[in-house]
Amino acid sequence: MGLLSKKDAALIKDPLADNNPITIQVLGICSALAITAELEAAIVMSVSVLFVLGIGNVVISLMRNIIPSKIRIIVQLIVVAALVIIVDQVLKAFAYELSKTLSVFVGLIITNCIIMGRFEAFALGNGAWRSFLDGIGNALGYGVILIIVAFFRELLGAGTLLGFKVLGDPIEKTGVYAFGYENNGFMIMPPMALIVVGIIIWVQRTRNKALIED
Amino acid sequence: MEHLELFLKSIFIDNMVFSVFLGMCSYLAVSKKVSTAVGLGAAVIFVLAITVPLNWLLDQYLLQPGALAWLGDDYADYDLSFLSFIMFIATIATMVQLVEIVVEKFSPSLYNSLGIFLPLIAVNCAILGGSLFMQSREIPTLGLATVYGIGSGIGWFLAILAIAAIREKIRYSNVPPALRGLGITFIITGLMAIGFMSFGGMLTGGEEETTKEENTANVDESKENLEVKEVLANNIKVNE
Repeated sequence: MGLLSKKDAALIKDPLADNNPITIQVLGICSALAITAELEAAIVMSVSVLFVLGIGNVVISLMRNIIPSKIRIIVQLIVVAALVIIVDQVLKAFAYELSKTLSVFVGLIITNCIIMGRFEAFALGNGAWRSFLDGIGNALGYGVILIIVAFFRELLGAGTLLGFKVLGDPIEKTGVYAFGYENNGFMIMPPMALIVVGIIIWVQRTRNKALIED
Repeated sequence: MEHLELFLKSIFIDNMVFSVFLGMCSYLAVSKKVSTAVGLGAAVIFVLAITVPLNWLLDQYLLQPGALAWLGDDYADYDLSFLSFIMFIATIATMVQLVEIVVEKFSPSLYNSLGIFLPLIAVNCAILGGSLFMQSREIPTLGLATVYGIGSGIGWFLAILAIAAIREKIRYSNVPPALRGLGITFIITGLMAIGFMSFGGMLTGGEEETTKEENTANVDESKENLEVKEVLANNIKVNE
């Protein structure tokens, strides 16, 4: 990262692991759980959040000196809602099937706490360029967890990745199914998302003892 | 009957927390103590009961394709549904502010218990989610929309109350250090969600399924009878 100073690079790197928005800051859980049954949906969701958070952070940061603090929540909501409408319209135009799968969860990016949380915690007190990096970093940290969870859920639940049958065909008994392997349909069910995230948190905190709560 | 069915369905089967994961952020953040959990839960019921019917009216008379027909024939073809996000969130944010002011004025004691939670609620995804699900499930009447709002609120209330009670108790248990706090809360919520999945068959079971169940029950009974007879016969043999 020759382009960025050390301090700026940290803005992108920290949220990926030690200050991850989902597992450490506990922000943006709702959508992380609901749309991770398929890898494709998770990737699209991450990209949408990347777009909204990156641009939203810049807009809020540019306006930070003229927003009266009493109505800042409403101003922030309007900025996010406008960006989310753009995302929603683009998805409906170019990926209609997918926008059906994501259903209301595109709209719920508005109340995704990552966005409000980063606006409040960072964009209101920092310049546009640093806010942009912070937005990108946090959205990437969010995306990483989403993709890990979706990877395991789709692989173990349906035996596919992005729709490709990577484990062989369950009906014709090819690949691992020839040895008697069965898909665990339970992984597709909503509760398993919670348990997978719980396990990710467990692994992360076992590796980095400093993160343990008491 | 229709109302009761939707009410029970929104509390148990489509539970906000356990089946669609809405409002997880405040659910995880404010569930350390039962008393605060009750306060936030009550505020959520209150706000959902107001905003869902209000947004239903907005959706019906402003946003749906053809909803502007009441303005005259010229407006009958308008489709403003792409504006729903911004309209819904604006309604919610204003309503929350309004409710806060009204409650503060008329019931200071309620304000003291709910007050600090009300601003939090504007960005609780359960509230916006309630309105968006109301829209996407095409709930037909204002009465049903109100019932849906209250039911979803109660479902959320039950969920946060249950997890807060469990978290208060789990402090005395020997949880692995890396799982303490957030990790174990996730896993417990997952287990609770599995429990709530069992409500799924409560209202959806059609006539066919019930008759099937009866049939299998009959078969079971006859099997049991046979076994009892066998045991009796064996006993008689032994006695002889």
